[in-house]
Amino acid sequence: MARLTEENVRVAREIIARYPRSRSATIPLLHLAQQQDGYVSNDAMVHIGELVGATSAEVFGTASFYEMFKFEPVGKYLVNICGTMSCALLGADELIHHAEHALDVKLGGTTDDGLITLERAECQAACTEAPCLQVNYRYRFRVTNESFDQLVDDLRAGRLDGEIPPHGTVARVRQRAAADRVVGAVAPEDVSDGPSWFDGKAAL
Amino acid sequence: MTSYPHAPGFITGDRPQIVTSRFQYDDSFFLERYLATGGYQGLKKALGRTPSDVHDEVKNATVLGRGGAGFPAGTKWGLTPQGKWPRYLVVNGDESEPGTYKDRLLMERDPHQLIEGCLIACYAAGLSQCFLYIRGEMAVAQERVATALNEAYAAGYVGKNIMGSRFSVDIVLHWGAGAYVVGEETALIESLEGNRGMPRLKPPYFPAAIGLYGQPTIVNNVETLANLPWLLVNGAEAYTAIGTKTSPGTRMVAVSGHVKRPGVYEIINGTTTFRDLLYGDDFCQGIRNDNQLKAFVPGGGSAPWFTPEQLDLPFEASQVGPAGSMLGSGAVMVMDHTTDIPRAALTLTRFYAHESCGKCTPCREGGTWLERILSRIVDGKGTDADLDQLLEVGESICPGAFPHASSTELGLSAVPFPYRMNTICFVGPSAYAPVHSALTLFRSEFEARVTKRTRIPVSGSVS
Repeated sequence: MARLTEENVRVAREIIARYPRSRSATIPLLHLAQQQDGYVSNDAMVHIGELVGATSAEVFGTASFYEMFKFEPVGKYLVNICGTMSCALLGADELIHHAEHALDVKLGGTTDDGLITLERAECQAACTEAPCLQVNYRYRFRVTNESFDQLVDDLRAGRLDGEIPPHGTVARVRQRAAADRVVGAVAPEDVSDGPSWFDGKAAL
Repeated sequence: MTSYPHAPGFITGDRPQIVTSRFQYDDSFFLERYLATGGYQGLKKALGRTPSDVHDEVKNATVLGRGGAGFPAGTKWGLTPQGKWPRYLVVNGDESEPGTYKDRLLMERDPHQLIEGCLIACYAAGLSQCFLYIRGEMAVAQERVATALNEAYAAGYVGKNIMGSRFSVDIVLHWGAGAYVVGEETALIESLEGNRGMPRLKPPYFPAAIGLYGQPTIVNNVETLANLPWLLVNGAEAYTAIGTKTSPGTRMVAVSGHVKRPGVYEIINGTTTFRDLLYGDDFCQGIRNDNQLKAFVPGGGSAPWFTPEQLDLPFEASQVGPAGSMLGSGAVMVMDHTTDIPRAALTLTRFYAHESCGKCTPCREGGTWLERILSRIVDGKGTDADLDQLLEVGESICPGAFPHASSTELGLSAVPFPYRMNTICFVGPSAYAPVHSALTLFRSEFEARVTKRTRIPVSGSVS
């Protein structure tokens, strides 16, 4: 697939500018690429390398460490069923079994219509609402076989389009601030003293 | 004793609320609500005092780190080397310890409180920039914190000349992409530098000496920082009046598993016991179906397990530690008598084996071996030799750390914590902790699962 679009390059440069060193923006930019294409393409990693000053191999080295990055297309909806302790104590294995049958895929597989990819996830931090799952990182709590089937119906009918963006988009809100409000990032080697306000006196 | 539909999981009661006081409002995450409920007043008080004065206030309150290790925040801030600039603040919002969720609620329900806490920390310790690292999978938390930051920048609470003062600092929202080990502070820093999230070799033990970009860096947990606004408004004396001298204030605890009313509770530190929590009317109200309690994990998936014998221990590190476990990240997972113990241990061990970053061999190989051996035991394909094998593999991850399961006379109470370990971080030992606890406490359940193998005697020579 593609390199980052012009608009996304603009967003990328905004993100990079927040950090004292450009390479810190690697993971946010990988998310940006995944938001653009639904997965992280080789071309996008080459482009990110150019933007942050790293080789494409270094970018792939970072990207391949993290579970959320996919290097080939997945379904429009990534359904992650939690299988760790609290969910397992309350029937996660049975739910996964049901999901595999209902969708006719094995864990890691994508439905024939390309809509849903099923995965088992590790603890999603909603342990009191077990068993839980995430669709493109949006929660569903205390999931039963019935509510799972309903969820699949809703996804297929497009009833959740407003709530759940397609795979690749995580947060729909970006950090933004007016230029005159931002202090600005400075490379550590360009700083020799403590902040001017840190002079032993009260700031107000 | 209420739960709120907009804060699923959280249950309040007739208890002091330091960090969850705004969870009752459905618009708790907006600036308008925050300001209407005393928001940014702690920061205002702080800015009217000198940084060292604010630092002293936090030190006097003994705000314990809520991430797992329980190290006092004020002391941590003081570990930065003199005269080395710039210094950074990295906020650890990569919450992913099995059973734990409080940081996610704090970020989703009260992001401004966290932002205010970050600003107070930066001011007190002279930190020039703050990076707020949120776990990749927490979409809603990322959106709420981003919205809050945008509001706060526009209203003059973050950025240049905060609240009209000389104090200026940026907060950068950063987010991960799915890796448990990144919760370890040096791995968090590696990840923030754009690298694979692998923990750094120690020493130095604290990134306060060498952290982000090689500079002094304070890494604080979300809940730790969320305590600061209240502390600055009410003072250290009011803070230490809650809880005990060594564990003051409150802490958030998530209780999940086989209880009647699982939930996230803000409890009084140091005095609340596990029995209060599991059986109290104000808390979980007992085990589901009035079943028998079999075991519970007291402090997140990495913590050695407790049995009903330890129910009367309070949330006090100095008592839970010698009893053989830890309070960790404030997560209690409860198992009733119907629990298949080998399978439960497998679930946790699989987590740590899966999440091993691969840097240290004992964890990378050992964790996988533990998972494989446990799997075949659970599948009914194990032999009695596998039980000793589990312990042997575990010993190679953290040698001598636990009493050998066959020497039961030592008992679980003899387990020292923290362990001696052959790995850089706690992921490796954490893979072994559930195996060791399960085997020590419930060996018969494993024995019932395996076939007896006839041992072939080993001779010294070929002939």
